[in-house]
Amino acid sequence: MPATGIGAPVRRKEDHRFLTGRGHYTDDINRAGQSYAYFVRSPHAHAAIKRVDTSRARAMPGVLAVLTGEEFANDKIGSLVCGWMINSKDGSAMKMAPHPAIARGKVNHVGDAVGVVVAETLAQAMDAAEKLAVDYDVLPAVVDPAKAQMPSAPQIHEIAPSNTIYDWQIGDATTVEAVFRNANHVVKLDIVNNRLVPNAIEPRAAIAEYDSGTQTLTLWNTTQNPHVARLVISAFVGIAPEHKLRVIAADVGGGFGSKIFIYPEEVVCLWAARRIGRPVKWVSGRSEAFLADAHGRDHVTHAEMALDGEHRITGLRVKTVANLGAYMSTFSSSIPTYLYATLLSGQYAIPAIHCEVNAVYTNTVPVDAYRGAGRPEATFVVERLVEVAARELGVDVADLRRKNFITRFPHQTPVIMNYDAGDYAASLDRALELADYGGFEGRKRESSRRGKLRGIGFSTYIEACGIAPSQAAGSLGCGVGLWESAEVRVNPTGSVEVLTGCHQHGQGHETTFAQVVSDRLGIPIENVSIVHGDTDKVQFGMGTYGSRSGAVGISAIVKALDKIEAKAKRVAAHVLEAAEGDIVLKDGNFTVSGTDKSAAWGDVALQAYIAHKFGGGELEPGLKEGAFYDPTNFTFPAGCHICEIEVDPQTGESEIVAWTAVDDFGTVVNPLIVEGQVHGGIVQGVGQALFEGAVYDRDGQLLTGSLMDYCLPRAHNVPALKVDMTTTKCPSNPLGIKGCGEAGAIAAPAAVINALTHAIGTEELTMPATAQNVWLALQKSAHLHKAA
Amino acid sequence: MSAVPLTVNGKPVAADVDPRTLLVQFLREDLRLTGTHVGCDTSQCGACVVHVNGKAVKACTVFVWQIEGADVLTIEGVADPNGPLHPMQEAFREHHGLQCGYCTPGMIMTALDMVYRKGHDLDDGTIRRELEGNLCRCTGYQNIVKAIAAGAKAMENYNKPAA
Amino acid sequence: MYAFSPHRPTTLRQAANLLAKQEEAKLVAGGHTLIPTMKLRLAGPKHLIDLSRIEGLRDIEVTGRSLIIGAMTTHAEVSISPVARESIPALAELAEKIGDPAVRHRGTIGGSIANNDPNADYPAAVLGLGATVITNKRRIHANEFFKGLFETALAPDEIITKVQFPKVNKAGYVKFPNPASRYALVGVFVSKRGSEIRVAVTGAGANGVFRMRAFEEALKKRFAPKSLEGLSAPAEGMASDIHGSAEYRAHLIGVLARRAVAAAIA
Repeated sequence: MPATGIGAPVRRKEDHRFLTGRGHYTDDINRAGQSYAYFVRSPHAHAAIKRVDTSRARAMPGVLAVLTGEEFANDKIGSLVCGWMINSKDGSAMKMAPHPAIARGKVNHVGDAVGVVVAETLAQAMDAAEKLAVDYDVLPAVVDPAKAQMPSAPQIHEIAPSNTIYDWQIGDATTVEAVFRNANHVVKLDIVNNRLVPNAIEPRAAIAEYDSGTQTLTLWNTTQNPHVARLVISAFVGIAPEHKLRVIAADVGGGFGSKIFIYPEEVVCLWAARRIGRPVKWVSGRSEAFLADAHGRDHVTHAEMALDGEHRITGLRVKTVANLGAYMSTFSSSIPTYLYATLLSGQYAIPAIHCEVNAVYTNTVPVDAYRGAGRPEATFVVERLVEVAARELGVDVADLRRKNFITRFPHQTPVIMNYDAGDYAASLDRALELADYGGFEGRKRESSRRGKLRGIGFSTYIEACGIAPSQAAGSLGCGVGLWESAEVRVNPTGSVEVLTGCHQHGQGHETTFAQVVSDRLGIPIENVSIVHGDTDKVQFGMGTYGSRSGAVGISAIVKALDKIEAKAKRVAAHVLEAAEGDIVLKDGNFTVSGTDKSAAWGDVALQAYIAHKFGGGELEPGLKEGAFYDPTNFTFPAGCHICEIEVDPQTGESEIVAWTAVDDFGTVVNPLIVEGQVHGGIVQGVGQALFEGAVYDRDGQLLTGSLMDYCLPRAHNVPALKVDMTTTKCPSNPLGIKGCGEAGAIAAPAAVINALTHAIGTEELTMPATAQNVWLALQKSAHLHKAA
Repeated sequence: MSAVPLTVNGKPVAADVDPRTLLVQFLREDLRLTGTHVGCDTSQCGACVVHVNGKAVKACTVFVWQIEGADVLTIEGVADPNGPLHPMQEAFREHHGLQCGYCTPGMIMTALDMVYRKGHDLDDGTIRRELEGNLCRCTGYQNIVKAIAAGAKAMENYNKPAA
Repeated sequence: MYAFSPHRPTTLRQAANLLAKQEEAKLVAGGHTLIPTMKLRLAGPKHLIDLSRIEGLRDIEVTGRSLIIGAMTTHAEVSISPVARESIPALAELAEKIGDPAVRHRGTIGGSIANNDPNADYPAAVLGLGATVITNKRRIHANEFFKGLFETALAPDEIITKVQFPKVNKAGYVKFPNPASRYALVGVFVSKRGSEIRVAVTGAGANGVFRMRAFEEALKKRFAPKSLEGLSAPAEGMASDIHGSAEYRAHLIGVLARRAVAAAIA
């Protein structure tokens, strides 16, 4: 058998359809009798809706329906919800404001939907949309999280005074105070973690169809988690009972978190499809996506690190204001709390940590998980502080890290997490070697001869992935369990279908999951199919995000395979007329130990279904098993990224000249795919550091509202990346997998900014560090030097 | 207006469409060749790149009536659907030059155009500069660059399809 | 997109007649500015007149001391034209930096100049080389052609047919692209023809492409980067947006001008 097992760089099974233009993305689907939805969106960030007049729009050619918040409320359609309850310090519950899919009475951000036009063609829907008359009474807006709680800021939702959603904390403030009083050295940083727009290259889309005969609704949707979408839409929004709603997410063109959430548009399509009795299709435009897709990050933080005379980190004190936008998106509350502050210990043994987080409403697009979700923000805080500490203390940045690394496991941090395994020095050492750290000064001199400033920056990050142990998640406020399901169906001919609740949108599950099955059962990988993304086919599942599909999804498959093997051995025992305990499965063959009797996998599969040799009723025919796997801990991928950068001091332009990444992901099923995930993550992180940033003006207009103004990294913005791995296996799941999807995006921003600040000799630099920002930082620092 | 004659993937077609119809809409909605994708509205992402008379163009920024009589090649016409992959497609597969697959058809059409103009020996810097008009959010471009370099080499001994 | 009627004239006269006769008519060449704005409903012409069927608008030729480029010549064609490369290499290099390969296969010199986007590259070359824009009616010198943001000297029924660039001794163009749009945040084109020095700046001016007279004077003494040292453009009159403040743009003009001169004499 060719090498297709665990650890082999198998070429992807799913590629053929994508390479030949025969994928099945949502927009590729057209349903008979389909109509088109176009959303009318608020041009104002904050305004009262005085009057909506649909009469002219309704009279336009081809129009099937013009629906507003009024009809939506009249039909008693529920509000969108945030599914993770966070309590404030004082024990009070977070202030979740209603989020109707179509605004009624008031709009709260530019892009808030005020109506939808459904017509025979998209052009007709757009023409009619221009005739929808909405009278607004414009209200003052607030967009800056740092200003949202000021008395002068307009209150956006009645439920949330001072626009405060919660005032949350973690860790022990008293201990931390004492630590800082006794510190030999304190490092302080003010940090803005810039707001990002995810921009998966496939825009979101939805097609809803109602079958009045069976009273069922079908939704084709660009979602990372079809079952969660179905659950929320049925249980909270109340469009249809769960068993009368089918959600299909076939091929999805990238998600990065932005396709986790349940958005107004798919809800409205379902509702409209039932009202008009025709399939309704909506496809987001790119510029529309800037206003309709949840954004990411957007933190304002003050952070302090205390060190003793031996340069040991003794404490961390962090205060963050997190902007959640105009409404609380599906998982928004958890991102700046349990996915952020719980990672503030980094790779370091820090005895005392305290973090306060205020989440606020502003008149901006809702903010939720985006690749890394909370962990990039935490890593940025910790890794900037460590780097600056080393510079202020005049010690080597690698040495200071090494001195503070956690070396014994398990390690309980002061912020909930219990790290189970790792070897942080191993990845640091390997990275130092690959990056030729020793040769940096020589390279810097060479750059200097060409008039360039050169800097090197580190990021020794950690993340908590494999989301998540259900009980732990529940105790922290999560409204759902975060296990995963799998069903393994062996066909009578021996081929295998695996149904998984995970969803692939670039991760290559059809290959890696099949590798695990092929490896375990000893059958060719071609004989294994992975089925996902359809609530009618797959038993309930939680979807793909938080680098969970390997650690949680594959573990569920392994559990189901355990059962399959056990059952198959019982069948084989009948076929081979031997005791069950003597049956051995190896390389796709069942043998009876100590004899030359054997049966091939396919024969046993067939016998399982024809049941001719079972000899009695005890053994059930068939070979199909299901399993639910609930992790017992998070997994903790970690590693070291080193960025080397050159700056042109005349223009402020920077060029990343080298990148080294050494990551510990535990067991790697397919190194080719894992490396690809690392590459993509790094470049998204580089995007955050150098190019990407959503900018609002004071009135709440999004100035970076299209790809003409919001810069995504291009191929020439990055060099070839050096990627390597070290391995400590995850002890909590059967294969020892940790997860790799977010690592690059988590590690990269700190590495870039550490390198840039090293090059330009000033820490005063905000992301995105565009050429202009770098130039300004240089000007400011030169000015200060002159003055001094 | 009367139907616009075109050749798409070697087959003659007549586009009897509203003048507003962009080439990408005609390909996707009328011919149901859905491999050509739409990823933006500002002619930047390159997911819609096809060849018109042998040259890469963004199908989202051309009206069908503007290219009357043209020869159009889309991702579906790059190789025989029942035969082996084109060397450039095969290189993308071999080097894991795609993840979600959405930008992939545009990347491949751009890569082919690159080879036609710049030859079979493409260095890293050239490929990266030539990808100016194609955005990918998954791969960090690294394996796309690798794939194009390898695909370009493999095309030396391959008859390019009539474009 | 709003509805419109398409037209594909085969002669200049037909095109000019359509342009004069039809209300809210627009010419379309490569369409790479117009079509995106139409898609976003920011433009809604009632008639679109496509120029691609008109013969004789795509030639690149040298006549005497001039390089003449037909208005419908694409950026790709200019960038690889041996004639253009030979006579004014800086112009071919500028064309190679516009947009991306697919855009360069459609976008044309005439379209770029007629549109006069304040961040477009070609206006810098036209002004920086002292070119003459030839239309179906007359010849317009670059000095008289660009009138402000998206404004030119073209009459409503006037169509650019060619651009005549004088061959120069030395020329260079350096562009600092807007990282997102890849248009010029600032671009500086310099040229030297005998004693005539031109420094044209695109992207930076609040009112579109302009000449930096102070730089030209300084370069008259000696056409070398050193002559510009210590000189900078005033921030006043510069465009300012999220991508570059007036001060930053003004600063870049100085840096890029020195680099453009260095490229020109290299």
